[in-house]
Amino acid sequence: MSVEVRFRHAFPNFGKDKGFALDIAFALPKPGVTALFGASGAGKTTIVNAIAGTFRPKEGCIVIAGRTVLDTTTGAFVPPERRRAGYVFQDARLFPHMRVRDNLLFGWRRAPDKASQAEIDRVTDLLGLSHLLDRRPRDLSGGEKSRVALGRALLSSPQILLLDEPLAALDAQRRAEILPYLERLRDEAKLPMLYVSHALDEVARLADDIVVLKDGRVAKQGSVFDVLTDLDLPAIAGAVPAGAVMAATVGAPRDDGLTPLDFDGGTILVTRLAAPVGTRLRLRVRAEEIMLALEEPRGISANNVLKATVVRLGEAAGQADVQLQCGAARLVARITTASARRLGLQPGLSVYAIVKSVTVDAARPLPIRQP
Amino acid sequence: MDAILTPAESEALLLSLRISAVAVFGALPFAFAAALLLARTRFPGRTLIDGLIHVPLVLPPVAIGFLLLIAFGTRGPVGGFLLHSLGIRLVFSWTGAALAAAIITFPFQVRAIRLSLEAIDAGLNAAARTLGAPWWDRLINVTLPLALPGIAAGIITAFAASLGEFGAIITFVSNIPGETRTLPLAIYTALQTPDGEAEAWRLSLISITLALVFMVLAEVAQRRARARLA
Repeated sequence: MSVEVRFRHAFPNFGKDKGFALDIAFALPKPGVTALFGASGAGKTTIVNAIAGTFRPKEGCIVIAGRTVLDTTTGAFVPPERRRAGYVFQDARLFPHMRVRDNLLFGWRRAPDKASQAEIDRVTDLLGLSHLLDRRPRDLSGGEKSRVALGRALLSSPQILLLDEPLAALDAQRRAEILPYLERLRDEAKLPMLYVSHALDEVARLADDIVVLKDGRVAKQGSVFDVLTDLDLPAIAGAVPAGAVMAATVGAPRDDGLTPLDFDGGTILVTRLAAPVGTRLRLRVRAEEIMLALEEPRGISANNVLKATVVRLGEAAGQADVQLQCGAARLVARITTASARRLGLQPGLSVYAIVKSVTVDAARPLPIRQP
Repeated sequence: MDAILTPAESEALLLSLRISAVAVFGALPFAFAAALLLARTRFPGRTLIDGLIHVPLVLPPVAIGFLLLIAFGTRGPVGGFLLHSLGIRLVFSWTGAALAAAIITFPFQVRAIRLSLEAIDAGLNAAARTLGAPWWDRLINVTLPLALPGIAAGIITAFAASLGEFGAIITFVSNIPGETRTLPLAIYTALQTPDGEAEAWRLSLISITLALVFMVLAEVAQRRARARLA
């Protein structure tokens, strides 16, 4: 179930709007979340609409799960209603005249191969919707609406799930409420998902791969672990590198109350986690949370000191971003240029990275509310 | 009813209701189609169609009745065809009165339905589309239910307006008791009769009562629809 997207489209000048051209090519090779990341106006929604079929590019080819849904050389065009692309809109777009149940089953009733009752129950449970089925959309909170929209798209048996900033309309609290559901969906659903966002923290939490857009083109594409530690990211996307994102495995809790999390470049110790041994989870380390030392520090309170090698230095406005290689993992430390000079940092130098704090995602069991 | 109304009065009342019902519900599918066309599409000549639909609002009803008589009279182009090939005669018949009322009240229906169609979030149709619904499915299951408040408003306004139609009916189908003599025509007839003022009063009171009932109905329907869709 792979997805290939390649198209070109020029929007002409209209009055004060200046012309805008898209020239896009990327692929979603496997199930999992690919984030479409870029500033407003980079063309994110247009790309999603092209995949869904609600926008028809002048030139290009789009393949969803082996089926060509657009090919301008042959004139092939599959209309949106037959594309089997689940679309979660920014503004939920629930049908106001239907109850939650009928909203959820709207796509299901029209799907060529229908999900089983067990699958319906599973999605309803996964998204915590069981107690909302008889409500009307107007009686739902913003977060609940988002979840219904997500469930509605999932139950239409899509071959790709398109999520166009599904959290953008929500406040921070609601966002925090939905993110765990999305993480679970990523881990359980076996379909490619395209997640549009301009919020780097969401991307760092959810995405496996990132496609970075700039001025209507794909500026960078790669795994979340590589792209978010790329020192060119600020220049491309106007975003600050997240520091590091690492996939880790929960180890056996230690006697001192700490739990080891093993990743590609070593082990990070965190205060005791409720997650069972062997759980895969995601670690995030902000660049500001890493200090550097030339010698192994002794007598310090930090639990995590990693041996690493300087890969690259990027300096801007009195700050130095230091890209580090630590085993197979990559980190970015943000220090002052003054410190970088004092330490004589240069590529190839061995350093000790003192990690002050890490963020652990989806280690807690999900709060699923029962009716 | 006979205890309160004379046979002639209840005849006029029932005839009025029948003519209005046939006029309004007969025109409804066309009004919906016209509203959909005007609300959803952009094509050359759209303004012209919009204008044509609204002509009955600005034209004197008597002129409309006259034009109908020319077209649908037994020797008119349409009327002749209807009579000779289908055996349908509209002049001097209550069905002709319904046609006149339908044309006069058509703009009311189109206007109300169009407003409610334009108020529907276009994104809902796009959403239904990505969920696998083709156009007719979206029309029946998304557009139509969401336009119901407008449709209800259109029906009620058109019905009420149709009950009061006078000029077009009397010109086109004349004033025949039991066939085309609706309430307004009956009032007019009473006024033409010596000592008919009391009768005119009674018929007017019936009309006023009917109007009040419809205003209440319209209000209730609007409130329900709004509460359901808000």
